[in-house]
Amino acid sequence: MAAKTLTIDGKHVSVDESATILDAAVDAGIYIPTLCHLDGVYDVGACRLCLVEVAGSSKLLPACTTKVSEGMEIQTDTERLRQYRRITLEQLFAERNHVCSVCVANGHCELQTLAYRQGMDHVRYDYRFPQWEVDSTHSLFGLDHNRCILCTRCVRVCWHIEGAGTLNVSGRGAQARIITDLNQPWGTSDTCTKCGKCVMACPTGALFYKGATVGEMERDRTKLEFIVTAREKKQWIAD
Amino acid sequence: MAQRIVIDPVTRIEGHAKISIFLDDAGNVSDAEFHVVEFRGFEKFCEGRPYAEMPGITARICGICPVSHLLASAKAGDAIMAVNIPPAADKLRRLMNLGQIIQSHALSFFHLSAPDFLLGWDVPPAQRNVFGLIAANADLARAGIRLRQFGQEIIAELGGQKIHPAWAVPGGVRNPLTEAGRDRIRAWLPEAYATTKTAFDLFKKTLETHKKEVQIFGNFPSLFMGLVEPDGTWEHHGGNLRFTDSSGSIIADQVDPQKYYECIGESVQSSSYLKSPYYSPLGIPDGMYRVGPLARLNVAEQMGTPKADAELKKFKKLTRGDNAVISSFHYHYARLIEILTAIERVEATLDDADLLSEDLRADAGINSLRGVGVSEAPRGTLFHDYTVDRNGLLQKINLIVATGQNNLAMNQTVAQIARHYVRGHKITEPMLNRVEHGIRCYDPCLSCSTHAVGQMPLHLQLIGPDGAVLHELVRG
Repeated sequence: MAAKTLTIDGKHVSVDESATILDAAVDAGIYIPTLCHLDGVYDVGACRLCLVEVAGSSKLLPACTTKVSEGMEIQTDTERLRQYRRITLEQLFAERNHVCSVCVANGHCELQTLAYRQGMDHVRYDYRFPQWEVDSTHSLFGLDHNRCILCTRCVRVCWHIEGAGTLNVSGRGAQARIITDLNQPWGTSDTCTKCGKCVMACPTGALFYKGATVGEMERDRTKLEFIVTAREKKQWIAD
Repeated sequence: MAQRIVIDPVTRIEGHAKISIFLDDAGNVSDAEFHVVEFRGFEKFCEGRPYAEMPGITARICGICPVSHLLASAKAGDAIMAVNIPPAADKLRRLMNLGQIIQSHALSFFHLSAPDFLLGWDVPPAQRNVFGLIAANADLARAGIRLRQFGQEIIAELGGQKIHPAWAVPGGVRNPLTEAGRDRIRAWLPEAYATTKTAFDLFKKTLETHKKEVQIFGNFPSLFMGLVEPDGTWEHHGGNLRFTDSSGSIIADQVDPQKYYECIGESVQSSSYLKSPYYSPLGIPDGMYRVGPLARLNVAEQMGTPKADAELKKFKKLTRGDNAVISSFHYHYARLIEILTAIERVEATLDDADLLSEDLRADAGINSLRGVGVSEAPRGTLFHDYTVDRNGLLQKINLIVATGQNNLAMNQTVAQIARHYVRGHKITEPMLNRVEHGIRCYDPCLSCSTHAVGQMPLHLQLIGPDGAVLHELVRG
C-alpha cells in the first residue's frame, strides 16, 4: 500500500492512499466538523459540513468522501468554509422543527453541539415549520421526523451492520423522509429486528427510546464501530 | 349613559393583559373584566407529541412555576401508565413542590407585593419595586431574596437546575437527593424560619394599617377549592379536591382529581384567551371559586405541622365563627403560612432515608388512554388532563391553571376596587395602583412584570357608549 503525502492547514501529513481527507485529518489530529459521518459505516457525503478547500479546485469538497492524492493542499478552517458551515447548519435548523430545550437529545445532540461550536447564535432563514408526525408504533423506539436531518446514518447501520434493511429514504427534496419497510408504521415492520442500532446511530433526537424525556437520549456510538471491527477484522476492541 | 374604562396593557401576563371597567348610566362601576389577550397554544401544539415529553414541554409554560407544570404533567403520565410510583419518588416530588411553594411565595411576597404595602400605594412605580424595598430596608429585601433562593436551591439540588428542571418524569423522578445536598438544604432552615417570622411580624403590622384594603381588595363571598388529605389536612401534591363556600361549609369533599370534570366547568369569554372555570353544579355566577393560598387555607382544617397550625388558628380567627376568610388581601397572609408549613415539612422529610433511594422510576406502557395530573401550584390547583392514542401520542390536552380559576374572582376584585376609587369620568393614579395590587393579591403570572424596574406599562381608557375616548392615561 502506497502512502500519499499532503498538507492539511499547512501541516505535512502522510497517509495510506486509500484514506479520505477526513481520515487523514483525524490521523493528524485536525478537527473537521462532520454530521452524517459515522465510524463503522461507509460515508455518503450528505450533510456537507465536512467541506474543505483543496488547492487547484474551485469547488469545495467533502472530506469524508474525497480520497487523498499526492501533494494535496487542504484548508479545513477558512472564513469561506465557516460561512458555508453556518449556512448549512442554519438550513438544517430551519428545515424542520428543532426545539433543543425540550428535545430528548438536548445536551447530547450532534447538531446542537455543532451549532454551538460553529457559533450559530441565530438562524437567518425563515423557519418552515413543516407538519411532521411522530411514529410511535414500535414497541421500543420512536421516530420523530421533526428532528430528522436525513443524514441516513440509521439507514446505513440498518442495512450494513444489522443487515435488516428496514429503514430507507422515501420522497425527494423537502418531502424526503425516513420510512420503514414499504412506507408503513414502524410497529408493523416485518424486517425490524429491534436491535436499536439506528437509535444508537442517530445524531439528533429523531430516533429515541420510547419513554425518553428531555435530554435523556445519550448514545454510545462506539458500539457500532466495535461490531464492525469485530466482524471484519476479528478484533474485539472496545474503547 | 353606559361607559367603559379600559386599562391596556396591564402588563405582560405571559404576554399581555388588559382590564375593562364598565360604567353604568350614573357613572358608577357596574362590572370589570380582566382579559388575557395573547394566545400561547400549548394545548394545541402539543397534540401529536409523546406523553413522556410533556413534563419537559409544559414546564416551559412559565419560568416561575416550571416545577408545578413538571409535576402535574408527570402525574398525568403516571395515570396514563396506570402505575403507583415508587414511594421515594413521591417523597422527592413533594420535596421539590415544597421548594417551589417557598420560592414562588417568597417572590410574590417580598419582590412583588411588599413594595406596595410597605413603601406605600402612591409611591411612583419607579421606586415601588424590589429595588425601592432594598433602598428602604436592605436587610428585609435581602432576607426575602434569600428565602426565595432557599426554595430554588431545593429545586436545584433535586433537578440539577433552578429553572426548568426536566427531573420529574412519568413513573417517577430521575435522581435522588444526595447526602451532601440534604445537608446543604438543612443548613438553610434556621435562616428560612427567621425570615418567615420577620415576614409574619411585618404583615401583622400591615394588617393593622390596611383595614381599608382588607375591606375592598376582593372582599366578597365565593367558593374555595384546594387539595386536602382524607382527614382534611392541607395537601399540596396528593389527596383529593374539596370545595367549601364562604360560610366555611363543605359543599363537595374528597372529589377524585381524575374526575375533576364532573364538578368543574369551563366558560369562555369572547374577549379573553383565559378560560373561566367554575363549580359546575352551581353554574355561573354562583359557581365562582378561588384557588391558591387563601383557598387552600379555607378548605383545610389543619396544616399538619405545629408552627403553621398555630398560625392557621390565628388566621381562621380573622373571621367570625367558622366562616371562610374571604378578603383576597389575605392571600398574602395565607402565603406566609404556606411558606411556614413548607419549611416545616422540608425539615421533617429530610431525615427520611427514602430521599436517597435509587428506586425512583416505575416502568409501564400505555394502560389508560386518559390521565389527569393534579398538583397544588403556588397560585392554585393545577390540572393537566391528557388523552393519548394507544401508542402514547397526545390526542387532546386540557390544562386548567390557577390564574384561570381565579379569573372570575379577579374580575370581581377589580370591579370592587374600581367601584371604590372611580369618581366621575376621570382615571386616577390611586385607582390604577390599587387595581394593580388587587390583581397582584392572586399572584398571577401578571405580577412578575408589574414590579419591573421602571414603570409598569399601563394604558387606561375611559370610553363612552359611542366608542369615543373620554379620558386616557398611559404609563410605561
